[in-house]
Amino acid sequence: MSLLDAIRLALTQIKVQKLKSFFTLLGVTIGVMFLIAVVSIVNGMSKYMEEDFAAKFLGVNTFTLRRFPDFNMGDVTEATWREWQRRPQITVEDANAVREALPPQTHWAIQDVTWGTPVSQYRNGGPQSLVNAVSADYFVIKNLEVERGRVFTEQEEMVGAPVVVIGKETADTYFPSIDPLGKEIRLEGLPFRVIGVLQKQGSTFGLSLDRQVIGPFHSDLKRVTKSRRGLYGVLVQGVTNTVQQEAQERAREVMRRRHHLHPSEPDDFMFETSESALSGWQTIKQALVIGGIVLPAIGLVVGAIVIMNIMLVAVADRTREIGIRKALGAKRRDILAQFLVESATLSFFGAILGIALGFGLSKLIREISPLPSNVALWSIVVSVIVGAGVGIIAGIYPASRAARLDPILALRSD
Amino acid sequence: MSLIEQDLAMSTTAERKVVTSAPGVEPSPDWVIVTRGITRNYDMGGEVVHALRGVELAVRRNEYVAIMGPSGSGKSTLMNLIGCLDTPSAGEYWLNGVLVSRMEDDELARVRNREIGFVFQTFNLLPRASALQNVELPLVYAGVSSAERKERAKEALARVQLADRMDHRPNELSGGQRQRVAIARALVNRPAILLADEPTGNLDSTTSEEIMRVFEGLSAAGQTVIMVTHEPDIAAHARRVVVLRDGRISSDETRDTFVASLNTRA
Ligand SMILES: Nc1ncnc2c1ncn2[C@@H]1O[C@H](COP(=O)(O)OP(=O)(O)OP(=O)(O)O)[C@@H](O)[C@H]1O
Ligand SMILES: [Mg+2]
Repeated sequence: MSLLDAIRLALTQIKVQKLKSFFTLLGVTIGVMFLIAVVSIVNGMSKYMEEDFAAKFLGVNTFTLRRFPDFNMGDVTEATWREWQRRPQITVEDANAVREALPPQTHWAIQDVTWGTPVSQYRNGGPQSLVNAVSADYFVIKNLEVERGRVFTEQEEMVGAPVVVIGKETADTYFPSIDPLGKEIRLEGLPFRVIGVLQKQGSTFGLSLDRQVIGPFHSDLKRVTKSRRGLYGVLVQGVTNTVQQEAQERAREVMRRRHHLHPSEPDDFMFETSESALSGWQTIKQALVIGGIVLPAIGLVVGAIVIMNIMLVAVADRTREIGIRKALGAKRRDILAQFLVESATLSFFGAILGIALGFGLSKLIREISPLPSNVALWSIVVSVIVGAGVGIIAGIYPASRAARLDPILALRSD
Repeated sequence: MSLIEQDLAMSTTAERKVVTSAPGVEPSPDWVIVTRGITRNYDMGGEVVHALRGVELAVRRNEYVAIMGPSGSGKSTLMNLIGCLDTPSAGEYWLNGVLVSRMEDDELARVRNREIGFVFQTFNLLPRASALQNVELPLVYAGVSSAERKERAKEALARVQLADRMDHRPNELSGGQRQRVAIARALVNRPAILLADEPTGNLDSTTSEEIMRVFEGLSAAGQTVIMVTHEPDIAAHARRVVVLRDGRISSDETRDTFVASLNTRA
């Protein structure tokens, strides 16, 4: 019997028993659905973490020289934490020394931050904004663009002009339906003039990136951020990853020299990069991927057991048919193929249904969560192969039982 | 019976003896079926049932044989062996010059497909398949292409006057029509022998006669036919009657002799 004949036969059989076939598929369907959905979630999270989060918070080809990590998703032990607290502060002098040592084609910026509540003529009090005292190149490094007005210049930064660029939400909060440009905003009583409003950036981890106040480091803002006690960090961006690496090495040498570290001693500072921030994420991702394999695998195993049982019942129900086929010349392998194709076709349909549901689930997640979940092509290919494979494996035992039936006994059954 | 006919019958009987008493020797091509001392034992957990105790049967091409005998005498067992659904416990079975008694499962399946057409008492049609699809089935396993299958299945249905019922399912057909579909299916692969185990067992007498006319037509067209039956008037359609008793052939005579002996008894 040809494969085409076998498939045609299987389809008629499945059509005859629609409801039973549907329940048979369920395990495979659920397994495949989870596979598609979990892979799409992990994919979406990866995209989110690696492109969105890392790029927005940490910048592309950028490192931040810091005392200890700010973004950390791994576990931190008590001892590590205490060691971090003993580390020397990163000072303005450190920042300048690093700047001296940088290779060409780099941008450099001091950043110091604090949470603060601005006050304007129109609003007193409200949600806190992130107050940043930065060098002018900060805007370049973070790829920040203004929606209105302008960013401050290097001159303004050098002379410490009392100007600020504010986030979209901060603008809307403190200047409700008023043009904030040229207006005054106060932080801890110190006045600053708004010269620009940033483009809307959205949020990451529920943290709005649009509630910000950014001003020149050398302005009074560094009193707000209390920068004499140490900086949040020094940002350096290279035009390429290689330049970044080079810059990072030079910065490391400078810092070790300044901290008088013996070659045997470890660094008492760190460079935060998107890779370092995402190292914790990699662990989470691995856990998710394992879950993404285990969950569907359970579904598929259950599916396989169900299919095997259904096929055993089918073989018993159709013993006489098998006898007739054998009497008319069906060989063992014809009967084997008939039942294998039937169970593979069944489970293939289950996989197709699962893929459709997986797509739906993935779309749902995209709608109701910030995750840009994204169905991976490979997960579809794997689903189809695994789906049919489960059917074949589950069908082997029932099909070989059918193939071994004695034709005379089979003909006599009813 | 004319003297000449009787003479012919006698000579074939003698010839048969010769054919069946030469173990290991391939019979001449005239003989479609030759069995030499075949037995079939069933081991029923210690107790052995001897269903066949050494059957010597030789059938020439184009013979029309009826097998009779009381219930349990081994008729079906013999038919299953001749039909290659089963293999003998001992003895030789030559089909069309080929020793099939030592064949493996898959070889037997091939022989069933190519050499044998089976007609059963209970029809044994696939209930969900149309008449045409049922008749196509042996061709499916012969590896015939779909188009040729349809063509040949239609021809076979036409031979049993069912061309107009080919899309009907078995449950939409009468008993006689079902049996004719089964006959068409048995014939579609042009088998060397047509085997029928009580083909009229589930049919009323009118329908039985109808089926017998089909068999007669086939026999007249050169088909070798062997059928098992309980009923003497069905057996009377054959040209030779073999009677089994207790797993052995107790008589093997021409139809006329058989009919005559019936009359004497009656
Ligand atoms: N599969 C089997 N297992 C055990 N014994 C069997 C089997 N098949 C047949 N027999 C026995 O073999 C003997 C012959 O059976 P068989 O079916 O050939 O008889 P039969 O002549 O066809 O009878 P009937 O006219 O009732 O159909 C019987 O005694 C039967 O019980
Ligand atoms: Mg019988």
